[in-house]
Amino acid sequence: MPRRKKRKEIFALGNEAVVEGALLAGCSFYGGYPITPSTEIMEIMAQRLPMIKDGVFIQLEDEIASMGAVIGASMAGRKAMTATSGPGFSLMQENLGYAIMAEAPMVLVNVMRGGPSTGLPTCPAQGDVQQARWGTHGDHPIIVLSASNVQECLDMTITAFNMAEKYRTPVILLLDEVTSHTREKIELPNEGEYEVFSRSVPSMPPEWYKPYEETVRGVPPMPPIGSGYRFHVTGLTHDRNGFPTQRPSEVVELMDRIHRKIDQFFYDIQLVDEIQTDDCEICVIAYGSVARSAELAVQQARANGVKAGLLKLKTLFPYPRRHTEKILAKAKTLVVPEMNMGQMSREVKRVNMGHASVRTINRIDGQIVTPSEILKVIMQG
Amino acid sequence: MSSITGNEVIHQYLRHNKKFPHVLCAGCGHGIVLGTLIRSIHSLSIPKDDVVVVAGIGCSGRLAVYVDFNTVHTTHGRALSFATGIKMANPKLNVITIMGDGDALSIGGNHLIHAARRNIGVTALVLNNNIYGMTGGQSSPATPAGSTTMTNPYGQLDKSFDTVELARGAGANYVARGTVFHVNKLESIMTEAIQRSGFSLVEAITPCHTQFGRKNKYKSSVDMYKWLKKTAIPVERYEKMSEKEREGRMPIGEFVKKDRTGFEEKYYAMQADFLKAEAKGGK
Repeated sequence: MPRRKKRKEIFALGNEAVVEGALLAGCSFYGGYPITPSTEIMEIMAQRLPMIKDGVFIQLEDEIASMGAVIGASMAGRKAMTATSGPGFSLMQENLGYAIMAEAPMVLVNVMRGGPSTGLPTCPAQGDVQQARWGTHGDHPIIVLSASNVQECLDMTITAFNMAEKYRTPVILLLDEVTSHTREKIELPNEGEYEVFSRSVPSMPPEWYKPYEETVRGVPPMPPIGSGYRFHVTGLTHDRNGFPTQRPSEVVELMDRIHRKIDQFFYDIQLVDEIQTDDCEICVIAYGSVARSAELAVQQARANGVKAGLLKLKTLFPYPRRHTEKILAKAKTLVVPEMNMGQMSREVKRVNMGHASVRTINRIDGQIVTPSEILKVIMQG
Repeated sequence: MSSITGNEVIHQYLRHNKKFPHVLCAGCGHGIVLGTLIRSIHSLSIPKDDVVVVAGIGCSGRLAVYVDFNTVHTTHGRALSFATGIKMANPKLNVITIMGDGDALSIGGNHLIHAARRNIGVTALVLNNNIYGMTGGQSSPATPAGSTTMTNPYGQLDKSFDTVELARGAGANYVARGTVFHVNKLESIMTEAIQRSGFSLVEAITPCHTQFGRKNKYKSSVDMYKWLKKTAIPVERYEKMSEKEREGRMPIGEFVKKDRTGFEEKYYAMQADFLKAEAKGGK
């Protein structure tokens, strides 16, 4: 067997790893507006992108413009991204809805900080979980990913781009300040070691092409603007040609398809890490930097003879329901620690439906959730 | 005779798979602006595939749906930000934005001044009808002081925005104003605007009789066109007039003609330098 080529190791910040992942995934457009604690993503992009052929970096006048520019670039055929934090994320949400409706793939990184409002700018929090799920008007599907360490920041950014392209949808990468500002050794994957997915482009002649036509996967091919396929893109509810419609049958068809194209691929989209869950009687469900504390707590609990396990959520939405259900078959207690008032425990309770007892640990003081806090709750049973 | 050939040109650019009728009221000037835009593009022989029309929201926002270019109907006020992304991603495209006065000056005011400052190579058409038409006639930043709308039934108190002065102050490369009464003039400035590098802005004054005229003493849409005929005078003549003569008059024509390099051109030139240096260093 040929020896695997040694991977390049770097000592990187979480935010830096996001940039590395984006570039490996083929990102060639960044438009943004600076905001703590996501700023390093923008600063490093500003250095890197102009050095790459066709790489575009642009600082816009605000977050609203950033989203607009990123969607525009995406429609012109680029893999595009922006990064922000809570207040900026709020501003982006009208155009986020547009991206969902127009089916423009893009990646939006939100490094969460304490809120509401300007809140705790440099403190960790996980207060935007439900904002990421529901943060635009109307009924819409969304993919929200997360990362709990620097290596995952890189890996999940690549995954975010792949999912965006695969499903023609904006993907939100939800990080917290601890993950973004932790510096760790990570490995850069060699070429060919990771999947890079690009959106499908139409193969039919332009006069046959319908931009929002039904397909087997529910995802219509998407040509770049200016490539000979002329069509109309709108945020209004539209028919298969992209023209505005209010006819109920066409409205339902569109809404069904944009939901279905995400929902039916749950096995591809819902990513988790299961740590010692095979025989667990008590299971911690955590995400982001809290999952690291939880992992240590689970190890300590095991050392004390308690059958604890950890379900680490790497996909937050669509909520990894089937993984949770599998655990509910054996666990008597679920523990959901998070740095908010209980935004993810709502999802857990929804899936649980009274099977197990759900215990929550909530911190909203801008401090991390420590392993000992989680351990204490596990040991209480 | 010329109108017949004019229509033939326009028919080539309309979407045949789009179900008409359109949303515009009888007497609206928006169709005239769209006609001048089509003729300008036709006269410049730009292929349809190389044109991207990015529109905002409102009556003017709906224009994009009728023409056979690459068309994007964006969110309210954000047409220029979408256009910036498209132009940066593919600088070969001719990116034209269509915005209303509320769209461009109110909600999109920040994008307008920064697009002008940045000098991004986009042509911005501002269709100014002094009102929010599609939402039912509320006042816009371009509603003249003293006039009545749904949201200022006792008369507009504040001064209206001068689009030309705003764009000039923000640093646009090319700034011009025309009206739908002076169609040939509008067509020539639009042609100039599309050709120029950097950010160009054309303000087209287009009457809204339904929402503005009826509440402001213009009995018919014809009265509104008469008002345009009377008010608008060439900027060259306007500049020679005294303060008193200028009252109630609106200059039209070209106000700013500069040749600054567009932002996207500058950016790609910088990038080419990097890549050249890297290629040398690598050898």
